[in-house]
Amino acid sequence: MSAGAVVNLGTLGMDQGAHLLVKRALRALPTGGSLRVLGDAPALQIHLGAWARAQGHGCTALAGACVLTRGNADQGRWHGAERAGGVDPSQDNAVAAHPSSRWGLAARGAKVEAGGPAFHFPLSDKDVVWTDDAARIYAQAAAAQWDPAVAIDWQAEIAHPEEIEDAVVQVMTYLIENEVAALMVPSRFLTQVHPHFREILQVLAIQAADEARHIEVFTRRAKLRRPELGLSTTGGQVSLKTLLDEPDFAMATFLLSVLGEGSFLELLRFLHRHAPDPITRQVAKLSAQDEARHVAFGMAHLCRHASLDPSLTGRFAQAVQRRHAELQHSAGLNEEVFDALILLAAGSWEPADIAMGWERVQELKASMDHGRQVRLRRLGFEPERAAELSALHTRNFM
Amino acid sequence: MTTPFTLGAVAYDPKVVTIWEGFKTWLETQDFAFDFVLYSNYERQVEGHFRGEYDVAWNSPLAWVQVRRIAEALGRNASGFCMRDTDCDLTSLLVARSDSGIASLQDLRGKTVGVGAPDSPQATLIPLLALQEAGLVLGEDVQVRVFDVLFGKHGDHVGGERDAARALMAGEIDAAAMIDGNHLAFTAEGTLPSGATTIAFQTPQYDHCIFTALDDVDPVVCERFTELLLAQRYDDPIVRPLLDLEGLKQWKPGRLSGFAQLERSVDDLSFSGAQTVRDFIAATIAEHQDGTR
Ligand SMILES: [Fe+2]
Repeated sequence: MSAGAVVNLGTLGMDQGAHLLVKRALRALPTGGSLRVLGDAPALQIHLGAWARAQGHGCTALAGACVLTRGNADQGRWHGAERAGGVDPSQDNAVAAHPSSRWGLAARGAKVEAGGPAFHFPLSDKDVVWTDDAARIYAQAAAAQWDPAVAIDWQAEIAHPEEIEDAVVQVMTYLIENEVAALMVPSRFLTQVHPHFREILQVLAIQAADEARHIEVFTRRAKLRRPELGLSTTGGQVSLKTLLDEPDFAMATFLLSVLGEGSFLELLRFLHRHAPDPITRQVAKLSAQDEARHVAFGMAHLCRHASLDPSLTGRFAQAVQRRHAELQHSAGLNEEVFDALILLAAGSWEPADIAMGWERVQELKASMDHGRQVRLRRLGFEPERAAELSALHTRNFM
Repeated sequence: MTTPFTLGAVAYDPKVVTIWEGFKTWLETQDFAFDFVLYSNYERQVEGHFRGEYDVAWNSPLAWVQVRRIAEALGRNASGFCMRDTDCDLTSLLVARSDSGIASLQDLRGKTVGVGAPDSPQATLIPLLALQEAGLVLGEDVQVRVFDVLFGKHGDHVGGERDAARALMAGEIDAAAMIDGNHLAFTAEGTLPSGATTIAFQTPQYDHCIFTALDDVDPVVCERFTELLLAQRYDDPIVRPLLDLEGLKQWKPGRLSGFAQLERSVDDLSFSGAQTVRDFIAATIAEHQDGTR
């Protein structure tokens, strides 16, 4: 043995963290290398012997000090360990096309010990979930979170007639059940996405938080003047159930975000412009800002996915047609909601105002249709096909 | 092979099933047919060995001594062929409170020593042997308090040692016996506050568990089994979790040089646990001698 390495622990005991110093000194040695350990802690030699035995190092007492002989078990643990991509998604190969199921919950960029358990994440193809825009969208969303208690002036005056308030409550009731669908659909997929796609998980999580807040503010608005909520119809729920039943991530995102939330966004903008009281206008405005991000995220990863998989748009078209067929014998948007929107936009029972309200709802439907067609064309549909498919979208709006 | 090579092991903890199921699965990948039978205590396992219920035993050091003595009396041959790196060169300690002034075996005269299970080599038999060999008469010069009434697990369960350590800090006993690594572990976990205890005595080194075969084992198959164990590497991610569970980094060829203290305690120790061991050995020898007569 050469004079070699020495570590002096002073009075620090192995029961007080001295093993950190010993490990550090051993790491600098090759397998078989010797380390003299000096120190005055009581029981140091006994503890060193027990510790070394458990760690796979040799230990002999020599001239009043312990001499450790470096084993290789600590290196053995990291034999075959694999770097799980890179932490910065802009670097080459940072985001794997098919991350290993054995990377599990490890942070992207961590070095993963070999032999870990295989996790089952059904959504583990980069092509299916990824967009480079996710990090930016998440950062925007995190910066744009708002507190319902302070962002909305809940004390603002409500001056409209009682029956107009009934219409507002009915629209809020409808919005809440749609927001619940918008919360549950991405949440279900969130737990299926391989955590390697960290930014996608983050976007889906904050999207769920947005929807939770929307449910809160619409409920709170509805309760301001009424002890009970409005009506929930079979037709509306049948339409939403088809979204919850869609097992494919791309199809569900397409139906929910691109077609549904896209149309919903127009509805919220309509409420922001035409609602009879400032509170309803505020909740609609703030919710619309969040909703726009959800649409942007859906469009971003579906545009990328469609560019990589030419069969995707064909499957989108089938999904629209299938859903249309399922829903064609249901009522779609309930009359109560439709009438409530007209009345809400009219603001009174004067025939001239009703005419204006009706006209505004026609404009709403036209702008929803226009928005859907624009997004369908961006996904790669020809204009005529986009118009056809938009027309088949559910009468429930979402 | 039509009958798989079968191991006897004691189920001192539920993880024992996980360990040997894991070995079974791994050995199958090496084209080695393997199975195991579990016993609830080492004495049943030792009896089972002489009845031919399995091929080799994963024995505690005391079970090894039992098998070796019974085999010798019956004119048979026992061999210890493989062990863990962590089975080699253990020591046990007699630990006292720092403020007690107890710094040697002689200082324990008139005191009470807490030990583990009555048949624990590391926490009872070997430390008590040290006291007796230093001239102290157990039960007269020094009182012995047993902290684990379980007989048959040979102290594989750490509970008795921890209970003795707690009693030491509570002032109920004057010294506690424990394996060296447990002093470090109990101090690190806070059962023994750092600096609150002193080591009154450290035993000479001894060895622990060992794979044991009798002379009826198929030597070719046993040799292959040993080769496979010795070839297990800690850097193999399939094998590593098994080694971690069983508490080793590397298998070593068996050596028989580390059982002298335990042999002496079985011969000479004036203590009920040792007497029970002697009675078991004698009864098992007698049973087999009757059977062959
Ligand atoms: Fe929403």
